[in-house]
Amino acid sequence: MTEEIIIKEAPEQEISINMGPQHPSTHGVLRLVLSLKGEMVQKVEPHCGYIHRGIEKMTESMTYQQIIHLTDRLDYLSAHMNNAAVCLAVEKALDIEVPERVKVIRTIIEELARIASHQLWWCSFGMDLGGLTCFFYGLRDREKILDIFEETTGSRLIQSYNCPGGLMADLHPDFQRKVKEFIVYFRKLLPEYDELLSGNIIMMERSKGIGVMTKEQAISYGMTGPSGRGSGFSCDVRKHHPYHAYDKVKFNEVLRTEGDTYARYMVRIDEMRESMNIIEQLIDNIPAGDFAVKMKPIIKLPEGEYYQRVEAARGEFGIYIISKGEKYPYRMKFRSPNFSNLSALDALTRGHKIADLVAIGGSLDYVIPDIDR
Amino acid sequence: MPFTFSIYDFTGFTQWIDATLRGACSPFWAVLWEMVIVGVLFLAFYAVVGLYLVYAERKVCAFIQNRVGPNRVGPYGFFQTIADLIKLLMKEIISIREADKLLFNLAPFIVIVTSFLALAAIPFAKGLHPIDLNIGVFYVMAISSMGVVGILLAGWSSNSKYSLLGAMRSGAQIISYELSVGMALVTMCVLAGSLQLSVIVEQQRDLWFIFKGHFPAVTAFIIYMIAATAETNRGPFDLAEAESELAAGFHTEYSGIKFAFFFLAEYMNMFIVASLAATVFLGGWMPFHIPGLESFNHVMDFIPPVLWYIGKTAFIILLMMWFKWTFPRLRIDQLLNLEWKFLLPISLVNILIMAFIVLMGWYIGL
Repeated sequence: MTEEIIIKEAPEQEISINMGPQHPSTHGVLRLVLSLKGEMVQKVEPHCGYIHRGIEKMTESMTYQQIIHLTDRLDYLSAHMNNAAVCLAVEKALDIEVPERVKVIRTIIEELARIASHQLWWCSFGMDLGGLTCFFYGLRDREKILDIFEETTGSRLIQSYNCPGGLMADLHPDFQRKVKEFIVYFRKLLPEYDELLSGNIIMMERSKGIGVMTKEQAISYGMTGPSGRGSGFSCDVRKHHPYHAYDKVKFNEVLRTEGDTYARYMVRIDEMRESMNIIEQLIDNIPAGDFAVKMKPIIKLPEGEYYQRVEAARGEFGIYIISKGEKYPYRMKFRSPNFSNLSALDALTRGHKIADLVAIGGSLDYVIPDIDR
Repeated sequence: MPFTFSIYDFTGFTQWIDATLRGACSPFWAVLWEMVIVGVLFLAFYAVVGLYLVYAERKVCAFIQNRVGPNRVGPYGFFQTIADLIKLLMKEIISIREADKLLFNLAPFIVIVTSFLALAAIPFAKGLHPIDLNIGVFYVMAISSMGVVGILLAGWSSNSKYSLLGAMRSGAQIISYELSVGMALVTMCVLAGSLQLSVIVEQQRDLWFIFKGHFPAVTAFIIYMIAATAETNRGPFDLAEAESELAAGFHTEYSGIKFAFFFLAEYMNMFIVASLAATVFLGGWMPFHIPGLESFNHVMDFIPPVLWYIGKTAFIILLMMWFKWTFPRLRIDQLLNLEWKFLLPISLVNILIMAFIVLMGWYIGL
């Protein structure tokens, strides 16, 4: 058998660049190895693991109450949703029906967290495109939500406000007033976001038709959340598998069909409006009652497998528990939205320029601790 | 020659210095002393303007971004940039093993020297005009286009891919936008009939060129503003140092005072293009006159020319800062499209229109 001689074409001036782990626009310690031909991106290879803490392994030696505090550290911007996933899974396994009050409060806080998360995304997206002013506008408004969180939950970023069976504490007396004030305030200021960035001609030129992802592709990559909905993939867990009080409120699932960076951008902007609608429907109708069900100090899930998903700010957050009937889970797996969304980065950016890579990365809105876990 | 000093006309004062020096020593030494005096004054001026433009930018951007800005060092943070400069002076100058040492060290000096040289032809007030070249506009254009050499060298010699990408972008950008800057200035030179900056200023005694040349002059002004912003590598055209894409672009590998050189040169270039715009379009140090309103004109004349000059320059710098802090950044292909497909053809047509208007005498004359 003759040996086949493979003639490799000499690589045509392709240079590879390490983008990250320390880079302003990788939003954390993500490392992207880029192959460039001039300014054109030929290949993007994400290298994860720089902030891997082994959270899934750590949960195997922790009680369910303790696990909640770890889930905060996944996607820290949607900490409340991550908590809720654990709580819902435990409550479902133990057949506990939480009071209506808990459901409504969880929904309101979750939507506030979603708005706060999208505001921070807007800040960093603006900065990725080179408009530094967005950063301060977004943070200014996010501060109001964080103040509300601080009063009620005791902390600003990672609240750990949920616990199996209900909430850690009751609402602060000022909560309703402050949330209403915030809604009035933010309804007035959201158009400012559009003036500053959405309607800007440079921003449109930079994002329209860039990083197009079809619906089929989005489904096959498992893109969920606003990134998936920008491609027309109807994947809102709140709508399709309602939990908390989402079946009692009216809201639209924001869908766009273009699938480009601008679509993903507009989905998030519109989602902030929808979130405000949801809060407005609930804030005046918080039922009276207990803020938690009395639980045993040590929770033991019956033997079996449990899956619970929630809609985090970046997509579908799933939690899969295998229990052997002990106080610790036997195995635990998190389905983090950012990991699947990141997998699409290569397909999205191929053939675009570095500047587009940054814009597309911004529109995927990844949070690195959620990818690495 | 008797000693005269007037805030409205520095000619007498400068001539008195010249006469005194020539009286005291031989002509050769007199000229040498004058050079030293002007050089020292300019160094001081350069440092002060550079530092306070940084301060102004930080205050302006703070104002745009709902912040307070520097407010700790001195009243209103007035000495913040001086503190920053001292910090930069004391920082370690990192030298890179694989870098081309000579070019790496030379690059910041090229950038800063070119911006320094361009200052020499700017008329600051009547009589305060270091060298009144008969090709002033051409000289400023030529010198300021030398700066790109420094940027390219900086990117090349750092032996870093980010720097190289930044330098490549910068080269493409500055060389293209220079054309539009040049064309816009040529349009105004057609109206003025001269390249000498003092003549251009003198012709605007009654009516600034932006009013005199009406439609083509305003077009040229807009093109000049866009192209000058791009030529000085400022946002939204700051692709050469796009921090969200290329870390810091061509000066990624520089630290300490060498970085400060690039930084200072960027601000001085902004000052120079703003000065040139003020001189060519807005009448330089000439006060604002409305023909026919004699009493109003007298009040305007009362404001010293230096203040007029500083005010106009500051206004244009403010415009450029406003651009930077409100717009997102363009992409490199969009940047080049804007230049080659829009600005350059428009400015070429604009020159024709201006030439026609001058030929027919259709400008607003008195």
